[in-house]
Amino acid sequence: MENRKPYQQGYFPPVPTATTRFWRTNLLWQAWRLLRINMKMVRVIRASHH
Amino acid sequence: MARVVILGAGVAGHTAASFAQLWLGKNHEVVVVSPNSKYNWIPSNIWVGVGRMAVEQVVVELAPIYRKAGIDFRQARAVSIHPEGGAQGGQPYVTVEYTEAARSGEREEVAYDYLVNATGPKLNFGATEGLGPEKNSLSVCTYGHAAAAATAFEESIQRMARGEHQNFVIGTGHGLCTCQGAAFEYLFNIEHELKRRGVRDKATLHWLSNEYEAGDFGMGGMHLKRGGYITHSKVFTESLLAERGVNWHLRAHTTAVEPTKVHYETLDGENHELDFDFAMLIPPFAGVGLKAYDRKGGEITERLFNPAGFMWVDGAYQAKPYEEWKAADWPRTYQNPHYPNLFAAGIAFAPPHPVSKPMKSVNGTPIFPTPPRTGMPSAMIGKAVVASIRDMLTRGATAATHTASMAEMGAACVASAGAGLFTGTAASMTVFPIVPDFEKYPEYGRDLNLTFGELGLAGHWIKYILHVMFLYKARQRFGWSMIPE
Ligand SMILES: Cc1cc2nc3c(=O)[nH]c(=O)nc-3n(C[C@H](O)[C@H](O)[C@H](O)COP(=O)(O)OP(=O)(O)OC[C@H]3O[C@@H](n4cnc5c(N)ncnc54)[C@H](O)[C@@H]3O)c2cc1C
Repeated sequence: MENRKPYQQGYFPPVPTATTRFWRTNLLWQAWRLLRINMKMVRVIRASHH
Repeated sequence: MARVVILGAGVAGHTAASFAQLWLGKNHEVVVVSPNSKYNWIPSNIWVGVGRMAVEQVVVELAPIYRKAGIDFRQARAVSIHPEGGAQGGQPYVTVEYTEAARSGEREEVAYDYLVNATGPKLNFGATEGLGPEKNSLSVCTYGHAAAAATAFEESIQRMARGEHQNFVIGTGHGLCTCQGAAFEYLFNIEHELKRRGVRDKATLHWLSNEYEAGDFGMGGMHLKRGGYITHSKVFTESLLAERGVNWHLRAHTTAVEPTKVHYETLDGENHELDFDFAMLIPPFAGVGLKAYDRKGGEITERLFNPAGFMWVDGAYQAKPYEEWKAADWPRTYQNPHYPNLFAAGIAFAPPHPVSKPMKSVNGTPIFPTPPRTGMPSAMIGKAVVASIRDMLTRGATAATHTASMAEMGAACVASAGAGLFTGTAASMTVFPIVPDFEKYPEYGRDLNLTFGELGLAGHWIKYILHVMFLYKARQRFGWSMIPE
């Protein structure tokens, strides 16, 4: 990528490793994350309704 | 029998109307005034804008739903509010102008006992020279705009397939925009589609934004616990921009859009330009420009609306510096201070101040995100307002009984980064509260156990489930009222 060359803008931020990218679309792991994220969202919704 | 009139049938108005009918419909009348015959699930416009969804998949005809529910629907645009009634006194009313083909242009006075203004934003393309689909840039703010953007996108893809190079500029079309999140989603959906169509190498992508730092999103950004650190959203946002090979240009006020060039000024006072073949730039928002008149016909618009056209409610509006802003400044009941039977919900209410710190360029140009009003708070406010009206009508309440302060509620938000059942990704985020409360959470203004973000396929699934669920709810199908806002 052009903007990730040394001293270009994209050189400095962290970028995901191949492993991180793999887990992002791994079906089993993502099914588990779906559950966890939903639980998190439900907690936020609960905390928001007075 | 009282009459509750709701102006607007978007996220806030349609939610308000649905609950008003559910709670009050048996004994009272619910009227909805809205100029468009359709309800649009706006978050999915992103997918329309890249050609992954058809317009029909993101809209629902309102008339049949309202007919079935017993809601009186007038396809018309509200023009003015008369909170004291006419010359002879009497009931307050709204003047509306029909947009429905058969009665187009016809005016009518619609009397009300309670009025909810949920008219959303005016897409203020006029604020920047050359901005908008009628001029030189595209938009995804309405389903029509998104469909036009999809056509232009397809043309760009065809050009790239023939070997041409294309420059994409996506972001904010003015220094005082909000809704960066929508533009951000569009950027990554474009990038994802370019890859899917095998032409990514022929495109240069630019993110152009009025944010001070990437990941501000009009909320001053947010801190998240991740990988053993408490990290600002700037880091994750820049990471995604770098990963996907996008160039970013921040602290920018778009000054003009020419047919193939966007001009912008940055906080340091410098002027810059970017060439483009395809530009999608979000406009700044204003109120829809309703007027107000007293009983004698004298104009009292400034009693009801701030200069940008948003309705005054129960916020703390006296101007004060950023350092003195408090969570308690934010409205709780959304009741107008002069007329207690008048409420605003969703984007239509006047916020007390932004959330992001106001900044000015060395030339004096304000460049900072204006406050966000996303879908979840808009719907929650619509419901809370109607719950208060219900209690006033049926339980003898003398003041608003329900609150929905953006400084006391959180938001769950899913930002798509590309569609696809197995290849899609989205950032799932929760933030609590939306408006940081530095008295309650002195370090970061938010509860870090409830503020969270993660990118993955699960986010895409959630975004798709939300699309199906909220359109189901909008259609008022079985059990709709159990689905949270
Ligand atoms: C492309 C895009 C993507 C987005 N994605 C997300 C997301 O993923 N998550 C999220 O939470 N939020 C998202 N948002 C923000 C969300 O759409 C808004 O917060 C929400 O629509 C605001 O609701 P509202 O009811 O105030 O306004 P709207 O939904 O805009 O509704 C306003 C209504 O008022 C009507 N109206 C206008 N003028 C008049 C008049 N004079 N008289 C009567 N009626 C009138 C309009 O026709 C419309 O029916 C997105 C926004 C955009 C533009």
